[in-house]
Amino acid sequence: MFDLLRTRLAQGRQTVAFPSDAITFPERFRGRPIVERDGHAALDLGPCLFAPEDATDTPERRVAFTHDYRLSSRTRDGLVSNGGPLDIPTPLDQAMRKLLGRSLRLRSVVAGSCNGCEAELTAASNVVFDMARFGVQFVASPRHADGIVITGSVNANMRDALERTYAAVPDPRIVIAVGACAASGGPFRGSDQAGTGVPQSIPVDLWIAGCPPHPLTILDGLLGLLGRIERGDRHPVPAVAAEP
Amino acid sequence: MNAPVSPFARLGNRRTVRLDQIPESTIETFRAAIATAVDEGWRIVSLFGTPETATSVRLIAVVADDERGQLGAASTVVGERYPAIAGVCTQASVFEREIAEQCGVSPEGHPRLTPLRRHPPDHRPSNWTGSPAPFQRDAYPFSRLEGDEVHEVAVGPVHAGIIEPGHFRFQAHGEEVLSLEIMLGYQHRGVERLLEGRDAPRAMLVAESVAGDSVIAHANAYCGALEALARCHKSARAQSIRGIALEFERLANHVGDLGALAGDVAYQPAAAFFGRLRGDCLNMLMTLSGNRFGRGLIRPGGAAFDIPQAMALDLLARTRRLERELQPVAELFFGAASVQSRLEGVGVVTHDACIEHGFVGPVARASEVHRDVRHDHPFGVFRFAQIPVATAWGGDVYARALIRWIEIQRSLEFVREQLGALPAGDARVPCDALRPSELVVAMEEGWRGEVVHTVLTDERGHIRRHKVTDPSLRNWTALALAMPGNQISDFPLCNKSFNLSYAGHDL
Repeated sequence: MFDLLRTRLAQGRQTVAFPSDAITFPERFRGRPIVERDGHAALDLGPCLFAPEDATDTPERRVAFTHDYRLSSRTRDGLVSNGGPLDIPTPLDQAMRKLLGRSLRLRSVVAGSCNGCEAELTAASNVVFDMARFGVQFVASPRHADGIVITGSVNANMRDALERTYAAVPDPRIVIAVGACAASGGPFRGSDQAGTGVPQSIPVDLWIAGCPPHPLTILDGLLGLLGRIERGDRHPVPAVAAEP
Repeated sequence: MNAPVSPFARLGNRRTVRLDQIPESTIETFRAAIATAVDEGWRIVSLFGTPETATSVRLIAVVADDERGQLGAASTVVGERYPAIAGVCTQASVFEREIAEQCGVSPEGHPRLTPLRRHPPDHRPSNWTGSPAPFQRDAYPFSRLEGDEVHEVAVGPVHAGIIEPGHFRFQAHGEEVLSLEIMLGYQHRGVERLLEGRDAPRAMLVAESVAGDSVIAHANAYCGALEALARCHKSARAQSIRGIALEFERLANHVGDLGALAGDVAYQPAAAFFGRLRGDCLNMLMTLSGNRFGRGLIRPGGAAFDIPQAMALDLLARTRRLERELQPVAELFFGAASVQSRLEGVGVVTHDACIEHGFVGPVARASEVHRDVRHDHPFGVFRFAQIPVATAWGGDVYARALIRWIEIQRSLEFVREQLGALPAGDARVPCDALRPSELVVAMEEGWRGEVVHTVLTDERGHIRRHKVTDPSLRNWTALALAMPGNQISDFPLCNKSFNLSYAGHDL
């Protein structure tokens, strides 16, 4: 018992005070890329795998990663960056937020992924990121859920199970697509057994980019959706990632 | 007695062999040779098929003698049906289910030929147009027990947490599990076909996505195979960086697993502490590579990122702190009687079962099987810095937890040693064209066990076949064997103690 208390005291407080903490990443961290020296600098973050090779520097085009971890949008088109930061996701409408109150219960559906996004969704619930303090929790049944989180490319073998789980969530329901696979098929694009992301038949309310997205990216997207992040809460994090 | 010509060509971990040096025998000789080798203590590392002509399939077997650190390769050519090797060698069973599904051949007399991943054949000879596989893809034939009070419990594919999809079918009597059958394939994405494509930079990213929690293990094996085929010699520094990354990955996952086990027996303090410390390990990988899972670090020819002196010192300090912080948490966890009583005697895998089925990684080591690629088939940095093989006995959830804790301590020791004395050299050297018509087997001891990438090149030096074998392919059977006699309510705990990959199995 005393050992337990001593260990607990030694742990101290580990939770990040999101979104008000100034957040720092290691210098090699690859967040939102910027494009320079190009006629049209638009860059779709949906399929972006954030690989170090994506950073290029030629006379025609320079692509570099910043430390900006905020990579969410209410629409798929909203993941296309025009060179600057993405807009904060528009919050759900007043009626929906009232309906949800202070809680958002989600069901996870994994459909043709590598298990990377799932690991970060799990991490978002640990004591450091502590998603539950914002009322966001994963539940064990679609019947208990306000919505679903889809990860993976939505491959042939999971498509049916995904559609059935979606149908089992009571209306109104929220759909959150997490990761490059859910937005585009990710690294598996072009395989006839993998899909190209969440199908049109399932309307998505929030897209979170990344391969996989950092837990803070997930947190930022969810809080944006719930209208719990203000513009002023967002610290500028423009540093450029160190390249190999 | 006349010693017959060995049906196996000798090779080693990441040592190539020309295809024409791999002996080709009849299926009968091939089958008997594998069975004999396994009886003599060898085990199957890889067994796969690739189209040979428009109407035949070449089967290639790679076997290992762990004690002597040797590998052997043999091959045969078969038509649409052949006598199953699984009939005389249990280890071949899962590999032959894979061959049947990928190549559309029928191993006749296979004891249980069920679909493995439920996908159309993607390595079938072009002229075979009949039934695509010797089984029905959409109707998995679950075995069923009959009896007055026997009932069936079906779980999945969508699970009650953030868990990959899979389907578990229990036959139970009250709470007691009589049998468990596992149907997978829900995560199938066609990984091997993508790795066999011509776009090498893209294939590298696919290799990092075979299993998202084993990025380094798969990337190391993938690059190891390509480097051997290209005769690319990495620097000692690159090998050290790869070893450090591999052990950080092991640390993150082992620490996370201990936390998850604590969570499953409702011991919340350890679950919370281990959970956070797992994050510290991932953050060290992020410092190294810019990504919490080490994506972008391992590239053909070495490592994309070097470890400058200042970073080595920083990581060293953080490793020491991690070590200090882990110790009391592990003492809490392993010292609590309420934890021990929930872990001991649950989900036993016997030593004999490990040998018979060829289980790998911590699952085998928890049943006193000395099997660790870093020790048995060392390569790179592990030829110089040896990590002792951790074993435990009992084969239960407790033993699998204990193995993780021992391996955590040894990995920490290794990482400290390496960071303190990084060898000189370039982090990355060029890795050029692959030699034609060769075979290479690259094995890596990932945190879950033996990761194998077997690559075959064609006469122009393009990749003809890329076979990925995740440890999960073999170890899922161990979970099915561990359940009978246990309570259904212990399944989550049991499952977590194996923590197998669905993505790595399903490819």
